[in-house]
Amino acid sequence: MTAAELIAFAAFEGGVYSQAFPAFGVERRGAPVQAFVRFSDEKIRLRSQVYEPDYIIVQDPTLIGDVDVFKGMTAGGIAIVNTEKPDFDARVPEGVKVYAVDATTIALEELGVPITNTTLMGAFAAATGEIKLESLEHALRSRFSGSMADKNVRAAERAYNLVGGAL
Amino acid sequence: MALRVGCASPPGRALENKTGAWRVFKPVFEPEKCSKCGMCAMVCPEGCVRETEEGTFEPDLDYCKGCGICEEVCPKKSIRMEKEEK
Amino acid sequence: MLEFMEGSHAVAEIVKRCRPQVIAAYPITPQTHIVEDLAQMVANCELDAEYITVESEFSALSACLGASAAGSRVYSATTSQGLALMFEVCFNVAGMRQPIVMTIANRSLGAPLSIWNDQQDSISLRDSGWLQYYAEDNQETVDLHMIAYKVCEDHDILLPAFVCFDGFILSHTYEPVALPTQEEVDAYLPAFNPYQRLDAASPLSMGMYATPDYYMEFRYEIDRAMQRSKQAFIKAGREFGRDYSALVEGYRLEDADTALVAMGSICGTAKDAIDEMRDAGKKVGLLNIRMFRPFPAPEIADALKGVSTVAVLDKNISLGSGGAVGTEVKAALSGSNQAVYDYIIALGGRDVRKRDIAAVVDLAEKGKGDLFYGLRTEVL
Repeated sequence: MTAAELIAFAAFEGGVYSQAFPAFGVERRGAPVQAFVRFSDEKIRLRSQVYEPDYIIVQDPTLIGDVDVFKGMTAGGIAIVNTEKPDFDARVPEGVKVYAVDATTIALEELGVPITNTTLMGAFAAATGEIKLESLEHALRSRFSGSMADKNVRAAERAYNLVGGAL
Repeated sequence: MALRVGCASPPGRALENKTGAWRVFKPVFEPEKCSKCGMCAMVCPEGCVRETEEGTFEPDLDYCKGCGICEEVCPKKSIRMEKEEK
Repeated sequence: MLEFMEGSHAVAEIVKRCRPQVIAAYPITPQTHIVEDLAQMVANCELDAEYITVESEFSALSACLGASAAGSRVYSATTSQGLALMFEVCFNVAGMRQPIVMTIANRSLGAPLSIWNDQQDSISLRDSGWLQYYAEDNQETVDLHMIAYKVCEDHDILLPAFVCFDGFILSHTYEPVALPTQEEVDAYLPAFNPYQRLDAASPLSMGMYATPDYYMEFRYEIDRAMQRSKQAFIKAGREFGRDYSALVEGYRLEDADTALVAMGSICGTAKDAIDEMRDAGKKVGLLNIRMFRPFPAPEIADALKGVSTVAVLDKNISLGSGGAVGTEVKAALSGSNQAVYDYIIALGGRDVRKRDIAAVVDLAEKGKGDLFYGLRTEVL
């Protein structure tokens, strides 16, 4: 949920309407959860969950196989998957571009903990172009302070540059 | 009486409701036998037994319902219940 | 200025700016974030209020009742089983005419245990004498708190209010909200001026016992105050920056053949669905019931007078009778030739999509209604 909130906040800072919400009820760190984000140039009224995502972020690669994480995606969609093994076995719908990012390693190196929200935000920003790096940095500095902000910005930038380089 | 918002009321209205007429037996206090322990005033459910200047006790018959608890608790048997004459 | 924040946090922020003097609440999902935020604001001295920690919702509202009777502006928040536990106190608060504002983060009632959204909790208190306002989004949730205090504290009204917003769907959603400044709130909502209050120097009892000679008249007075609150809401809504003078809000109803009627966040999804149906040539509109108590029956009848078919979405069920909103809309439209159908929908947090709204419209236009929409018959 933190990643969804931060992405939506960064998008809002970038000048669009946005909305972020969890698949309610199981918001415990580490438990399998879904969270959803919408961006729009107009005020967002729709409240249903997202069933046909343009983009997905998979934070935990162990979900692949258990859950059809790509469900509802169509050609042109972009998926960012946190994994050490870029050749993971999954049924990716035709035309969906997958970016495999080892966010856990980046997070461990930069933050010292395997919390990948901010790293994956950086990857998302680079892969989709929906969020500018400045908006992302602003969002992170609003959310975190001091050295925590610096570390999270560094983690996001590393992923941003990594994915940006692959484009 | 016009209704007051929220059914609010200042205190003291219960005084208008004189319950002495409910009585069949009335307590008769004999101050000469009284040890001034005050049990009768303490147990009276109407709170209508009061202390006199002498330190003995008497009932307010405007409110006494004649329940007889004072007679029951009096250790000196200085209170007796008598049939009310109406 | 729009700020991006969680719905619960937006509620805490506006409540802070309404300057309650006493807050008593017991945390319960999905209301928790609101009272956590407020407790922190009090602890940080950002909000000069007494925050009374209690052991149950019954005590929470009882403490609020006492504090309100003593002359304080009072706030609480709850949901679901917590509101159920307040049942008795709710009737006392209204009967003693205390203008308490309470946020309801709407949630279903057990059993079976469910923490997810529907509107069964506040609907079940519809007869308690509390005004009930329902918000479509977090902006409206924020605004309705200010309006609620203004209406409740009006000496011609003196009633408590629920400001209802859908649990999780709004309470846990981050979206842009414009919060008024403290100065703006102060200008709109002056310091609390109690009509009467507990005072040791001039003692008073409230909610005294009423014999059969008086009880009906007290209930009649509460009902009259309820009816007067419509005008007070319209006035308070006009004075507000955004226009909230409508007790019911129509969306694309002007030339509609079929109208949906709903309350709360489902109206947003319905509006998007209606736009799509309109694009496909269907004349569909929506009536959003912002105020459920007092029930704006004449306003509903007036707003719907041009439509032939009405489909009411009820996120509650009066077991054995049908949805509460549907029942009342049918009564409001009795005598008309309009076909009115009721749909029990989205109980216990079941997600509602645009296609569900379109499906309900199809059912209504085929004359099929008064049913549970979306039942999974395979598990029955």
